[in-house]
Amino acid sequence: MSSKEWPLWEIFIRGQHGMSHRHVGSLHAPDAEMAMKNARDVYTRRNEGVSIWAVQAAAIVASSPSEKGPLYEPSKSKIYRHPTFFDIPDDVGAM
Amino acid sequence: MSGDLKFQFLCRMGDNALVLGHRLSEWCGHAPMLEEDIATANTALDLIGQATNWLTLAADVEGAGRKADDLAMLRDAWDFRNVLLVEQPNGDFGQTITRQMLFDQWHLLMLQALETSTFEPVAEIAAKSVKEVTYHAERSSDLAIRLGDGTQESRGKMQAALDLLYPYCGEMLKSDEVDAALADAGIAPRLEKLAPDYHAAIGDVLDAATLTAPTHGFIQTGGKSGRMHSEHLGHMLCVMQNLQRSYPGAQW
Repeated sequence: MSSKEWPLWEIFIRGQHGMSHRHVGSLHAPDAEMAMKNARDVYTRRNEGVSIWAVQAAAIVASSPSEKGPLYEPSKSKIYRHPTFFDIPDDVGAM
Repeated sequence: MSGDLKFQFLCRMGDNALVLGHRLSEWCGHAPMLEEDIATANTALDLIGQATNWLTLAADVEGAGRKADDLAMLRDAWDFRNVLLVEQPNGDFGQTITRQMLFDQWHLLMLQALETSTFEPVAEIAAKSVKEVTYHAERSSDLAIRLGDGTQESRGKMQAALDLLYPYCGEMLKSDEVDAALADAGIAPRLEKLAPDYHAAIGDVLDAATLTAPTHGFIQTGGKSGRMHSEHLGHMLCVMQNLQRSYPGAQW
């Protein structure tokens, strides 16, 4: 059965110029061209986007939840990495 | 030119979109893949929106106090002016895609030509519709190629669908007295002039899809003149018009 299934694609949409692409979901398509068309039909039918990226899900390398200790915990104690110890002049405005 | 000829022409454009839009809506919730289900429903909605524009203009031109909804929901099968191709049943998904590809390629050429119509409201509707139909044509052709040049089973279904539906293409390219009068007035293109581009576009898709069009040259006609619709249209209208026929004037 599995050989008859279309591959899974992860879809990223940019909502407006200047913003970054955001992951909106996934879909099935036989190839890249149809993935783009399916993404248009499934994820931009309410005028959500100005740009689409489609990435084959199999091409994404993801971290494993079981590794979260070694990956993320060491940074918890290193609050000095946040640039929150500086006085920012008012003239700079919002950062 | 007489208002009636214009009315006939506008009903042809509107009924093509309405009938095919309804046919596609029959797949809603039943298509073989979620992605195709939603894409098919999107196309259906585009076409029903176009039908609203054409039939609103038709009702204006007729000037008999009817509205677009009256034309869509209260005419009987013999008053519909769509080509036979669009009323053919959905069949399997390959048959639906083949019907769509054969119609979309004609629809696109027709709308591109209508953008320069001497009748301004027609040019406006065409300009608005052509963006939607450009996408329809790309999508149905891409799918036809992938299903034709796909597995042995999908190719067999696509070739069977093409053998069944190809004879209905000729009606879209063959002028009758209505088409000829509209072309003389510069309102619509001469249909025969669309034929070379149509056959080239269809030929490209079929070549890539490894499919072969029948060469017998027989064409089925009688839809756009209302002379002889297939029995399928009446059955379709029973469902489409049921609510307005059962509860006249019902609104939501």
